[in-house]
Amino acid sequence: MPETVFSARGLTKVYRTGEVEIHALRGVDLDLYAGEFVVLLGPSGSGKSTLLNVLGGLDVPSAGRVRYRDHDLSTADEESLTRFRREHVGFVFQFYNLIPSLTARENVEVVTEIAEHPLPAAQALAMVGLGDRLDAFPAQLSGGQQQRVAIARAIAKQPEVLLCDEPTGALDSETGVRVLEALSDVNQRLGTTTVVITHNAGIAAMAHRVIHLQDGRIVGVEVNPQRRAAGEISW
Amino acid sequence: MRSLNRKLLRDLWHVRSQVLAIVLVMGSGIATYLMSVATLDSLTATRARFYREYAFADVFATAKRAPLAVGAEITAIPGVAAVDLTVQAPMRIRLEGFADPVRGLLISLPDEGSKPLNRLYLRAGRMPQPWAQQELVLGEAFATAHGIAPGGRLTAVVAGRMQDFEVVGIAISPEYVYQIQPGAAFPDFERYAVAWIGRRALEAAFGMDGAFNSVALSLAPGTPPARVIERLDPILEPWGGLGAIAREDQLSHKFLSAEFGQLKTMATVFPVVFLSVAAFLLNVVFGRLIATQRDQIAILKAFGYGNGAIGRHYAAMAGIVVGLGALAGIAGGAWLGHLLGRLYMSFYRFPWLDFVLAPASVASAVAITLLAALSGAAFALLRAARLPPAEAMRPEAPPRYRATTLEHWLPRRWLDQPTRMILRQLSRRPLKALATVLGIALASGVLTIGLFQEDALNYMVDQQFALAQRNDLSVSFVEPRGRDALAEIAAIPGVLAVEGTRSVGVRLRAGPRSVLVHLDGLPAGSRMKRVLDTRNRPRVLPTGGLLLTEYLARILDVRRGDGVEVEQLQGARRHFELPVDGTVQEFIGINAYMELDALNRALGEGERVSHALLLVDPRQTNAIYHELEDRPGVASVGSRKAAIDNFYQTMAESLLIFTFIATLLAGLIAFGVLYNTARIALGERGRELASLRVLGFTRGEVAYILIGELALLTLAAIPVGWLVGAALARVIVAGLQSELYRVPAYLSTQTFASTTLVILLAALASALIVVWRVRHLDLVEVLKTRE
Ligand SMILES: Nc1ncnc2c1ncn2[C@@H]1O[C@H](COP(=O)(O)OP(=O)(O)OP(=O)(O)O)[C@@H](O)[C@H]1O
Ligand SMILES: [Mg+2]
Repeated sequence: MPETVFSARGLTKVYRTGEVEIHALRGVDLDLYAGEFVVLLGPSGSGKSTLLNVLGGLDVPSAGRVRYRDHDLSTADEESLTRFRREHVGFVFQFYNLIPSLTARENVEVVTEIAEHPLPAAQALAMVGLGDRLDAFPAQLSGGQQQRVAIARAIAKQPEVLLCDEPTGALDSETGVRVLEALSDVNQRLGTTTVVITHNAGIAAMAHRVIHLQDGRIVGVEVNPQRRAAGEISW
Repeated sequence: MRSLNRKLLRDLWHVRSQVLAIVLVMGSGIATYLMSVATLDSLTATRARFYREYAFADVFATAKRAPLAVGAEITAIPGVAAVDLTVQAPMRIRLEGFADPVRGLLISLPDEGSKPLNRLYLRAGRMPQPWAQQELVLGEAFATAHGIAPGGRLTAVVAGRMQDFEVVGIAISPEYVYQIQPGAAFPDFERYAVAWIGRRALEAAFGMDGAFNSVALSLAPGTPPARVIERLDPILEPWGGLGAIAREDQLSHKFLSAEFGQLKTMATVFPVVFLSVAAFLLNVVFGRLIATQRDQIAILKAFGYGNGAIGRHYAAMAGIVVGLGALAGIAGGAWLGHLLGRLYMSFYRFPWLDFVLAPASVASAVAITLLAALSGAAFALLRAARLPPAEAMRPEAPPRYRATTLEHWLPRRWLDQPTRMILRQLSRRPLKALATVLGIALASGVLTIGLFQEDALNYMVDQQFALAQRNDLSVSFVEPRGRDALAEIAAIPGVLAVEGTRSVGVRLRAGPRSVLVHLDGLPAGSRMKRVLDTRNRPRVLPTGGLLLTEYLARILDVRRGDGVEVEQLQGARRHFELPVDGTVQEFIGINAYMELDALNRALGEGERVSHALLLVDPRQTNAIYHELEDRPGVASVGSRKAAIDNFYQTMAESLLIFTFIATLLAGLIAFGVLYNTARIALGERGRELASLRVLGFTRGEVAYILIGELALLTLAAIPVGWLVGAALARVIVAGLQSELYRVPAYLSTQTFASTTLVILLAALASALIVVWRVRHLDLVEVLKTRE
């Protein structure tokens, strides 16, 4: 039995915009295991990003508990959440969110400089196939290249957890595959617990487990008996 | 954190033009502060050293004629350290090729040994030989004004006798650092001279053998001057003593102190204005920067950078801007300080200038700026720190716009879509619009106080010479004379009218307060010398009471109807009490007035006049002047035209420099504010405008949206700027009040026009840059990037 990394019980998140209350999560129970590759599927607005944000310590739940190993994230203050993110989590976002004034290498270094056991920035970029574009500024890279820089940035710190919110959302099939290959490569080589949000059911084939979200609830969990390699996926 | 530092520098470089604008405004603030402080410190230090090394006295007194033996009595007063008994004689100077009347003061030097007090600093040449009769040391101000060097010759008339002197030395005295003729409002280096000759020579010329008429004392440390004056006055009274004064009231010292006070005001008002504008600009620029970097901040937070690290990152950015501003300001301040120091040195006669730029002043300037900058950036920094990391991953919600009230009032067809966009943009951020308006208004205010000085001085001259004092020449008699003296003058060809006045030195007392002033008796219905009320209307002279200069009434704390004790300091030395009849508006000096006959009755010396005021045929002014000058019994002759000429000559240069600096700085502020407003509008709305261009709007139409906003803000700021200018002028004026002069808070239409013009030019320059930017707006680039 693999070690439990994340454990969530009765997670609820309510957004208040003016008079309206939006229930983004309505009682989510979830366990994630070390080294697992998990895909989160669900329609738009189902609460995927919200769940990911809570797991990554970017946001706190309105009710319920969420633990990362021996850290209680639901009651942590901002400072300890910051420390948690710094020490354990790597993020990849849909819109890359690179710092435009820094080169590819520097974008990675921003993160490795505050990490404990980072990979050299050049090595991380080489892992995503960008070893030859170290000194390019984001504006000089294509969307897929930018997303790979973002992945390099996330993996360079060698995090225990990698949280990816639609990392291939803005990419064509071929580039998307390269990004996914990079992710699964890291998952295998470093044993990083990886959660990937996607709208693309095809990607689900490469996961250990697929979790379906709908209307703020988990409506189903499948375990893939036979994982497919990223290269075999296309859309 | 090295990559973060790199980001910092690159980000700053990206907004370099805006940073430059802030640096310039901030630098101007620090520069004006350091300039004023350095000048003030330098002048204060220079004055202190000069006073110390050249033994400037603590107490001064004059008498009509006192035997030298009285000196022993004075030396015996407890607390007196040293005594300098001198003879001082008024003189007139004849210079080849200079037609205007020149007056002067001749002061005795010991024939052997050196002066115990108020020693001379010899700039050139030498001191007179012991017992020399015809050797004279000339004050530097006059010597420079006429280009007189040692070896030159000079003819002086002392007590009616003409005498030739050789100028053997050029000197500076701590008594005449601010060399000004008593009673004048402005120094006149060309027409007033101070000179020193051997005592025996002066005694002989002035009939003062074995006597003195002026005494200076230095006091033992810690002795209050008032205590010594109390003892000194009775000693000199039998000898025509006019009441001793302490150093604070010594003419040159008093003027210096008044001008130092002016510098102090400048050292506060200007930097406050500049730094608040700089703080505002920082706020705007950093607010904008942080708004565009929301997602970057979020990503840094997501990867574990804490609020502290992010706060420090942006604070460091502000810090660099402040550092640059401080560097520019310190360099500029030192340069301007030297410039201003030199300018002041042409007014003040110091032997040297000890330039002081105290590290403490520099440190406090930088600290104040840093504070202003951080308070300016604080709001933006706080926003950055507060940004929840999850929130930042979403693009900023579209700003909320509303239709403005104005749109409901105006017919639809008056407002095209771009105009609507302008109005809605302004109404969405009313605070920001207001701050921009205030920033521009402050620039206009700075300009106003630069120009206002000239207005105020013009107004003072106008009031003094066109309304109050309308005689062409004035004659002062050695002794009060009977009316027949006026008839004699009236008989001179070319003299059109003569009026006699009586001026007597008095001490006015009201309760515990007392002031030494001249009480002037003016003929009822005088055409030449009029006293004016606050609206510049002539006042009727009271026969049973006093009119006081408004400022004098304030010093004495008396109102109409209150009694004032009058103590005559010359002649019969009568004491009497008179009620205050009212106040008059005068900007120069402080005086008391009453009707001539009433004054003469009160003094009980018969019908006497001490001055004659003349209207003359302008073609004969010079001839009449020389005719009068040579008459026995005439102490001096003054010319109104010469006084006005001098005023403009002396003041013009310094005004020009001051106005130039103020205009430059104000232009900088105005440009800084307007340019930043325009740039930020362009940055915030680049996408929107690019979209409009894609939809087929022309560059002109797109530029109009930006420039229209700028134009509206500028137009709104102009009247506010007038108000700010008037308010700042009032603040300055309040800091300039002294017994010597009060500057009226008068602003001319021309000043308002000039400030408006400068603001419009700065707006135009910003607009042109924006137009240039819009022309080069890269549509693809703008639309591709995600904000
Ligand atoms: N800050 C917020 N304020 C208000 N409502 C929010 C906020 N963030 C998310 N929501 C709402 O919560 C619900 C869940 O949002 P979430 O972003 O988790 O959806 P998602 O599953 O990631 O959707 P998508 O696939 O479109 O990204 C949605 O209805 C959304 O509108
Ligand atoms: Mg989402």
